[in-house]
Amino acid sequence: MQSYDAIVIGAGHNGLVNATFLAKAGLKVLVVEKNDYIGGATVSRELHQDWKYSNCSYVCSLFRPEIYQALDLGRHGLEVVPLQGSVTFKQNGDYFGSYHQSPVRRREIERHSKRDADASIRFDADLMKWCRLIRSFLLTAPPDPGSLKIRNVMEFSYLLKKFHSLSESQIYEFIRFFTMSIAEYLEEYFESDVILAHFSGGSIIGTGLGVYSPGTAYVLLHHAMGDVDGNVGSWGFARGGMGAVSAAIASSFQAEDGKIRTDAEVDQILVKGGRAVGVALNGGEEIYANTIVSNLDAKRTFLKIMARNDLPENVVQRAENFKIRGSSGKVNIALDGLPNFPALPPRSPLTLGHIHFTDTLERLERAYDDWKDDSWSKDPYVDLVIPSQYDPTLAPPGKHMMSVFVQYCPVKPEGGWTDQKKDAFGASVINQISDYSPNFKDLLLHAEVRTPKEIEDEVGLTEGNIFQGELTLDQLMFNRPFPGYARYRGPVKGMYMCSSSTHPGGGVMGAPGTNSAREILADLKRRDTTPEDFGDD
Amino acid sequence: MPPTIIQDINQHNFHEVLRPTPFHPRVDHNCLTKNWMDWNGYLTARTYDTLAAEYFAIRSSCSVMDLTPMGKYRINGPDANKFLNRLVTRDVSMLRPQRVSYVVMCNDEGKVLDDATIFHLSEGDYRLCCQHHQLDWLMISSLGMDVSIEEETHDVAALAVQGPTSASALKLAGIDEIEQLKPYDILHTQLHGFEVMVSRTGYTGDLGYELWTSPDNALNLWDAIFEVKQKGFYDIRTIGLSALEMVRIEAGFILPGDDFNTAETAIRADRVRSPYEVGLGWVVNLDKPSFTGKRALLDEKKKPIKRRLLRLEVSGNKAPQDSFLYAGKGGKRIGTIMTQIWSPILKANLAMADVEFAGGSQPNDIWAEIYYQKELEWRVSWAKGKVWNKPFWTHPRRSASPPGSY
Repeated sequence: MQSYDAIVIGAGHNGLVNATFLAKAGLKVLVVEKNDYIGGATVSRELHQDWKYSNCSYVCSLFRPEIYQALDLGRHGLEVVPLQGSVTFKQNGDYFGSYHQSPVRRREIERHSKRDADASIRFDADLMKWCRLIRSFLLTAPPDPGSLKIRNVMEFSYLLKKFHSLSESQIYEFIRFFTMSIAEYLEEYFESDVILAHFSGGSIIGTGLGVYSPGTAYVLLHHAMGDVDGNVGSWGFARGGMGAVSAAIASSFQAEDGKIRTDAEVDQILVKGGRAVGVALNGGEEIYANTIVSNLDAKRTFLKIMARNDLPENVVQRAENFKIRGSSGKVNIALDGLPNFPALPPRSPLTLGHIHFTDTLERLERAYDDWKDDSWSKDPYVDLVIPSQYDPTLAPPGKHMMSVFVQYCPVKPEGGWTDQKKDAFGASVINQISDYSPNFKDLLLHAEVRTPKEIEDEVGLTEGNIFQGELTLDQLMFNRPFPGYARYRGPVKGMYMCSSSTHPGGGVMGAPGTNSAREILADLKRRDTTPEDFGDD
Repeated sequence: MPPTIIQDINQHNFHEVLRPTPFHPRVDHNCLTKNWMDWNGYLTARTYDTLAAEYFAIRSSCSVMDLTPMGKYRINGPDANKFLNRLVTRDVSMLRPQRVSYVVMCNDEGKVLDDATIFHLSEGDYRLCCQHHQLDWLMISSLGMDVSIEEETHDVAALAVQGPTSASALKLAGIDEIEQLKPYDILHTQLHGFEVMVSRTGYTGDLGYELWTSPDNALNLWDAIFEVKQKGFYDIRTIGLSALEMVRIEAGFILPGDDFNTAETAIRADRVRSPYEVGLGWVVNLDKPSFTGKRALLDEKKKPIKRRLLRLEVSGNKAPQDSFLYAGKGGKRIGTIMTQIWSPILKANLAMADVEFAGGSQPNDIWAEIYYQKELEWRVSWAKGKVWNKPFWTHPRRSASPPGSY
């Protein structure tokens, strides 16, 4: 019987990141994964011969460069190529594009509203203020305002100091920003319908809230706080699909003698005498270690793979109440060629980035209404990208791979999901695309349709929630996943969390895995192998 | 939101990253270096030929610069003056028609958004010129006022004609009344049958004028001026933004966005600056009943000043580019050089410097730590700074009326 110093449950990107930092400190680490492939939601699979899909997550920005550098991911094969441009098509045949070159971007805003072009300067600066503030908390455990331990007090005073660096009016604005809806927030800057719709998309992605729901302004920040090589808010494509991210981390992990076991689903975390001692796999096999790290979401961790009587009652209760609503679907498509969008002028660079078809806030809100009625949006908001325009590894020459993220899609439509309903959901997306691209349907070779059900069943994200828990103020910072457990330590000694259910939350960021490793290594009195924040100043 | 502003639904040319101005055919022809830069989204020459020749065209003969990219807003309507007088810190309620005033705009916290010039074109009709995009701020500031605001940056072509022989050259070009113009005066006239507005304004600290016309007449205006050169009367040279940078620093003019962060673009709370801190206290009129930022500026006035943008002459000949400044050689760090040039007239390094005022007073011993290279080898030296409370360089011809012929 082999034993390990640490076992990480789930080979998603955070689990792999966590395991690598533990291994770098000299621990013998095993990662166990229920699927026969690694990556969790950071995955690329060949479901149609010669086409590689980024089945779940599909663009990269939030992954912290500190972690990238510390794990040497470039030498382990990772390349993140910045994507350029984005476009929202209008129903009247026009479009709004966001270009890479700033003078061109500005003139395009002017085309829709001269005033909005100037307002975007104010908007960009304001958003940067909040980005700068929030970014300084990504690579650190959230401060615990209730603790009087010296380290916690110091960290909390760091938080206060950061806030203190804001001016009085900035503090007011920041509180407003955190609690407002994205629609109301953007309406303080912009007047053009299509610009409002274009900028608000990022704040509903993955979220069971609508553009008029309070709290959505923050979600925009969550999508804007990343960067590609210092360009804050930019997104990139991982060459080879998102699976390349987990493959590079796994390679870095294996270079530290880390072991990965796939097809190894954990049935239970073993607890003896009040401390975690190992895991029992589905087949009955038991593997022992003094440190057990769960990369599953908080609900699965505490309600599925831990025995209720090993846990304090309030943890069970908190886990049951944890807000983790699924609201997104995904359609991954193999294409025989590049679809044509006649609204765009020839050689337009705008299809190189994000493509959207929702041109008003009202349509966004209506899409949300359908979801509240347990239905997929009849007129969905999609975030469509065609990464094969940059990446030759995803499809054969001249052919293309399209990734379509869809908001909203219910966890369980009335009567539950059937194949028929799944097809109808996929058709609603394909029809919307073909409304703007007449040759699109002729190019279709294969499509993978994923509702929250598939995302839950295959990836293991409860309800298919891509963030492993809603990114609302009540579940952020020292309240993520819930009060008292925000510093990655579970209620049982030797048991830890490293998933996106913990601070700073979802997205392919690597920060929860890193922060968790730092806390574990501190408890074990091992050398801290995690990187320091580069800092914005 | 207030009503929508005019929209241009023509699809724009995304292949053209920087937009040509109406003078572009002539600018392009004259620009031998093809050393282009982005000014407000327009294709602008950094230098045309030789920087030294361009500089001395401004200081010794006559220079022409394409001013079109300067942000221009047309403001009129019953409340136009009321609007402007609330917008800026200076009292412009008495600004007469055909007169120009230099002003500064602050936000509610009394921090500088931009400096600007207000042209009172004719009774109740104004043009506001500024360095940065301000339409959004102007619209916000106009809430509740009966005023019309339109951006006209691309609808007005403008040339700066500056230098000792500028008046003589423009007279020969056909602007007969040029000599009547006093500093900050405006003249509406005709040139070869088209309308031109001439203002005795500029950013060089020298005798000079700015000429404004419709884009359709831009090339005619250009050609009328350069005809004077072709006839052999005066040398007239095109100048780029590099030469302008030299003369504006000599003349002590500030450049928002370069010398300090403008309030709208500042991300860090301590990067914003009040008019007092950038040396523009003289355009703040606290006696005015109300204006945007007044309460904050009244409060600030009561406390010792924290920092100032200083005109600093740095000894020696090593360029103090991006240099840190210290209280005493090797002393405490107290500031940074923001912009700097070598002045060919004064044979000195001139700089705009952001300097902390501990206890509200100006440090009396300011030193710059200068990194410079000789044949790719970097060295460090120290140079003492001297603060100038007045412009580094002035010349009586700038304000002489009538202007001399030089």
